[in-house]
Amino acid sequence: MDISRRKFLKVGGASILALGALPLRNVLAGTPGSYKPDSKAKKAKNWAMVIDVNKLEDDLEACIAACHKIHNVPDIGNPKEEIKWAWIDTYEHLFLDNKHDYLDEEMKNKKFLALCNHCENAACVRVCPTKATFKNAEGIVMMDFHRCIGCRYCIAACPYGARSFNFRDPRPYIEEINPEFPTRMKGVVEKCNFCAERLAVGLQPACVEASKNGGIIFGDLDDPNSEVRKALAAHHTIQRKTNLGTQPKVFYIV
Amino acid sequence: MKNRNVIIGLAIFVVLITIPFWYGAGKESKAPELSLDTPAIQALDEKKCIEDTEFMRSNHMELLNDWKVQVVREGNRIYVAEDGKEYLMSLQNTCLECHSNKEEFCDACHDYSGVEPNCWTCHVEPEEVK
Repeated sequence: MDISRRKFLKVGGASILALGALPLRNVLAGTPGSYKPDSKAKKAKNWAMVIDVNKLEDDLEACIAACHKIHNVPDIGNPKEEIKWAWIDTYEHLFLDNKHDYLDEEMKNKKFLALCNHCENAACVRVCPTKATFKNAEGIVMMDFHRCIGCRYCIAACPYGARSFNFRDPRPYIEEINPEFPTRMKGVVEKCNFCAERLAVGLQPACVEASKNGGIIFGDLDDPNSEVRKALAAHHTIQRKTNLGTQPKVFYIV
Repeated sequence: MKNRNVIIGLAIFVVLITIPFWYGAGKESKAPELSLDTPAIQALDEKKCIEDTEFMRSNHMELLNDWKVQVVREGNRIYVAEDGKEYLMSLQNTCLECHSNKEEFCDACHDYSGVEPNCWTCHVEPEEVK
């Protein structure tokens, strides 16, 4: 055998490269197909919601029940471990900035629907260390439950109390599991997702569908002709904690 | 004398550490046979998964991972397979519609290869719904 050290190294190196090429190709090749959105999908640049408090009053429970049923939200029964995507609350709790000692009785006793505000400038998105919470292309503050590590920074950051933590396996506490939607597991945060999974197949959000009197208006905030913009132009609306600069996208007609 | 003890010790050590091999010697561990006998699959004209079998067998986990990113983060819900057919990207509602026998299909192979995917802590298995 008459082979120089230099030549041996050259041939050896080339062989190793060649051996590594096939696995590398398999790794980089990825999936053979391609992806596209559903043709029925509802599209918007910036989804927003206007809640007409007076019209919604009778449908409040129905809205929350519809939401929680569709999304497999458990009913733990212990307020300390409560999981909620939408809930009922009072003026004094929700609109702290506008609260004063001489609030009229009617407003004081009124029930309001509260949910994630899908803030333009969302604190939860900024603090999430894994990008499990993120803002999608249509302005929805989404959660990728796969990536949530349960650190609960987002719960601390959210000024609206819109997020819940699964302190235990939620499955035993779900009355009837909806097979179309996953459940969550222990150690994961959850919240309203503006029904992104329903918009993607051309349906309205569950609460909008359940508000029979048209108490919830849903549409594109960036489209001047949308229902939402028309409602905002026609009525005086208020929002929760605007002074924090989060720019919430849920508006209330009171 | 000292050397002999070391050698005996080493011999015992080697025997102990190779016990799994002695224990399993001669026994064969058969690869699982995956059942494709579900009503949905029987009803198919051409019994083919969304991509070819070889690809699905070795890459289904990467496919599912890509689906997850596309659905949750990109808002794409439709997968256009290599042959042009379109599928809704959903583990619960598309994969398990055909493979409704999770135990004989998914679990059989995962158990054999000692893989414990945590899909089912959140995604709903068909039998759990009933």
